[in-house]
Amino acid sequence: MVAPLSPPRILPSGDAAITVEFGREIDQRASERVLQLDRALSEAPITGVSETVPTYRSLLVHYDPEQIGFDELGERLTALAQAETPSTAASIRHWRIPVCYGGEYGVDLDDVATSLGLSPEEVVRRHAAGDYRVAMIGFTPGWSYLSGLDPSLTMPRRQSPRLLTPAGTISIGGVQAGVQCLPGPSGWHLLGRTPVRTYQLHRDPIFLLEPGDIVRFFAIDARQFAEQDAAAERGAVVAELVA
Amino acid sequence: MSKLIINAVGPATSVQDAGRHGTQRYGLPPSGAMDPLALAAGNALLGNAAFAAAIEIGPLGASFTARGALRVALSGAQRPADISGRPLPHNSSVTLADGDVLTLGVARGGVFSYLALEGGIKGELMFGSLAVNARAGLGSPYPRPLQPGDEIAASFARELPDQSIDLPVQSEQPIRVVLGPQHDEFGDAVQAFLDAEWRVSAASDRMGYRLEGESIPHLHGHNVVSDGTVNGSIQIPGNGLPIVLMPDRGTTGGYPKIATVITADLSRLAQTQAGRGFRFKAVTMAEAQAEYRAMAKLLRGLPGLVRAARSSWLDLEALHRANVAGIAVSAFDG
Repeated sequence: MVAPLSPPRILPSGDAAITVEFGREIDQRASERVLQLDRALSEAPITGVSETVPTYRSLLVHYDPEQIGFDELGERLTALAQAETPSTAASIRHWRIPVCYGGEYGVDLDDVATSLGLSPEEVVRRHAAGDYRVAMIGFTPGWSYLSGLDPSLTMPRRQSPRLLTPAGTISIGGVQAGVQCLPGPSGWHLLGRTPVRTYQLHRDPIFLLEPGDIVRFFAIDARQFAEQDAAAERGAVVAELVA
Repeated sequence: MSKLIINAVGPATSVQDAGRHGTQRYGLPPSGAMDPLALAAGNALLGNAAFAAAIEIGPLGASFTARGALRVALSGAQRPADISGRPLPHNSSVTLADGDVLTLGVARGGVFSYLALEGGIKGELMFGSLAVNARAGLGSPYPRPLQPGDEIAASFARELPDQSIDLPVQSEQPIRVVLGPQHDEFGDAVQAFLDAEWRVSAASDRMGYRLEGESIPHLHGHNVVSDGTVNGSIQIPGNGLPIVLMPDRGTTGGYPKIATVITADLSRLAQTQAGRGFRFKAVTMAEAQAEYRAMAKLLRGLPGLVRAARSSWLDLEALHRANVAGIAVSAFDG
């Protein structure tokens, strides 16, 4: 017999949302259980649940209190979170995302390499060698937080966050890696830029990545970046969906 | 098609509706009206769907010119309003003639007013909504706050009579909250949070209302691993001063959330003016959800609260105050 999964914490986020918490820190097992519950809810919807928001450690479940009450929904989510579900590995999407590393594209690459006692080439190799999982998308549209960073690339966040970092920034912060879509503030270390838009209006699909997707990176040069960036601006997806 | 031309407008004025849903998992917040009840009241006056898009008008004044005849309704925060010299009563609908100028003053006793158009606003739905989210480049007919020269077209007209609506008087009670999801990060300071008097800071916007008062200490520091947010989440950042998250919020946040404003009190909080003191009060989940259901019932019942307008040109006292009786009568007859 396999020991039953531990119950999640059922926390109220006001009167119309429940936080189903699997852990308090960033850990792979909690993240997997979050994504598994998210998938289970999309495959077998509970009446009254309107939308879900996966994060590293919890699933936020928005619901309509006129259709289902807090206690009943909490019990059903607890049961669903403890149920053994068949592996869904076959249906998970795998993406390859091009990155132009270093120089003006990744202004922190050299400093990161120095801090870690590695060459810039080795930082790029380790970053591009990883199999990442989209653990959550948040902060700003399309900002994709990835789990699966090589532990040797763990770096504390910058002392002072930058107020403006470019669109398409590929960065690392703590044990996390990220794909940023829109320009905006960031306290992470910038390793490169991708021409891929994870959020683009008037393109189908508007949002490229889903929580739970697998992501790998590969290096491109400045000329390829310019070509692909122009194509992406015209609505091309640019990222490769691996069958 | 009839339309409104924006002559002058203050900040924080944008097209809003019920917001968009199903996109928070991609980092896109719902946006939508800060005071959904007031939006629904304006739409009820015009026979529109409850959450049809309308112009959400920030605390400062605004001015519009009608191109073609169109019916509009004003709801939400009270403010002086006149149409080419004749007063437009609050919570009422009225027909603007071609060339009429609608002038709105500064909000009194609230923050956001709603100018709804009969038939709703013409625009391109994105994720089922016209609501403006400037950071994400979303919203229609303009993906940004309104500016002078912008044109807002009505979808259609159905020529209802002038009407007004009587809304329940807003309570002056504390803003009610459900504790959590992370009130255990604060220990005894939860009571201090509930005992304190708070004021809305002037540095507040559609993303969040920053509060001023006594700083609330954390037990274990102010960083938690990011998790999801809702409208009304009360985050306590490093300086200990709460931020209540509003419809343009980040969809995830890394500060502990001590409590969440109940849905039924979100409109009232959104209409709380900067500098005005208020308190929070913790209620049970059962009470919060009972209030949610009561609010939903009120929203559904709004069309039943609409009645024929007490025509402004017969309201002699109001006309006397405005000193424009002759103009108003001739404008109405003409």
